[in-house]
Amino acid sequence: MFNALWLLLIAAGITVAALGGNTEVIGAAAFTACGDCVSLCLSLAGLMAMFMGIMQIAEEAGLVAALARLCTPLLARLFPEIPKNHPAFSDIVMNFAANLLGMGNAATPFGLKAMEKLQELNSKKGEASPSMITFLLLNTSCVTLIPSMIIGLRAEAGSSFPEEIIVPTILAGTAALIFALLLDRVCRRLYFKR
Amino acid sequence: MIEALQSLSRWTMIFLLFFIPLVAWLRGVNVFHSFAKGAAKGLEVVLRIFPYLLGIMIAVGIFRSSGALDALCQALRPFLASVGVPPEVLPLAFLRPLSGSGSLGYCAQLLHIYGPDSLIGRIASVMQGSTDTTFYILAVYFGSVGIKKYHYAPAIGLAADFCGFTLALVVCKIFFT
Repeated sequence: MFNALWLLLIAAGITVAALGGNTEVIGAAAFTACGDCVSLCLSLAGLMAMFMGIMQIAEEAGLVAALARLCTPLLARLFPEIPKNHPAFSDIVMNFAANLLGMGNAATPFGLKAMEKLQELNSKKGEASPSMITFLLLNTSCVTLIPSMIIGLRAEAGSSFPEEIIVPTILAGTAALIFALLLDRVCRRLYFKR
Repeated sequence: MIEALQSLSRWTMIFLLFFIPLVAWLRGVNVFHSFAKGAAKGLEVVLRIFPYLLGIMIAVGIFRSSGALDALCQALRPFLASVGVPPEVLPLAFLRPLSGSGSLGYCAQLLHIYGPDSLIGRIASVMQGSTDTTFYILAVYFGSVGIKKYHYAPAIGLAADFCGFTLALVVCKIFFT
């Protein structure tokens, strides 16, 4: 699907340029993009390194684990099918905490471990269980407290206040997450309990 | 109220840069060393996304400078304008659930062209930050344990993305105008 979209962008560009009789812009646009991408990544590298450095400190200080403990009671309510104190919870909680802190790379390993444990509890192995779907939605519409990549991009583009989007991002993300979880509750009732 | 929230955004950075290292140091963490260790990981992230970013930026560059983007925006303008949406952010809404690096590339382009402090730049930033790559997560998470039937997960995931985009627009309008 994404392959098609990528090709479509290029094909549409070439078609419009050919119709307008200025095909020479195609090559120029590609070369410009290469240069732009390198300079973007260079300045992004510094900013990303800084954020990940701070996050590493937070992790080693046990702050990620502390945030995880804080989220436990809330998450336990979201997964009524998982037995209390089941090991799946610790991975779910760490995954959520990593997502909250914008540590996408740390979130995925925890998330995959949690999926394995949810699969052990799953009665139909080829089908997604209700807990798995809830857990997935927790990841697809996750709330990020510090969207470091975007702050980095904004700073690189010369924003006078790159982090001004933190609060709007949290507001929109949280509302979307609540919406997803409510829909999940409704669908779960209609779909699994016939 | 909004001013208070704005200063909250400002203080988050100060909190990150000072409070976290301070607490860690008091807890006996070798702060400078672990900062460097994390920073190295940050470089890896950028290195890993570079090829994807490049692919998208080339495609978007061609799409834009050929005039195709303008034509599309022009066609959609009457509809989008009637609901107060800048048409330039529409492609981002399509890209976001499909590809994290792709939408990041497009977002970067929007920030470059229109400026990060324009309404378009701000909406793009919030859109990019408040939702995730739904299709990628579906494929990776379900694929890792061999789930073939996703049930209603993709439907809700996309509905939540749509909800997130709408909210990004509304919140930005309230916050920045």
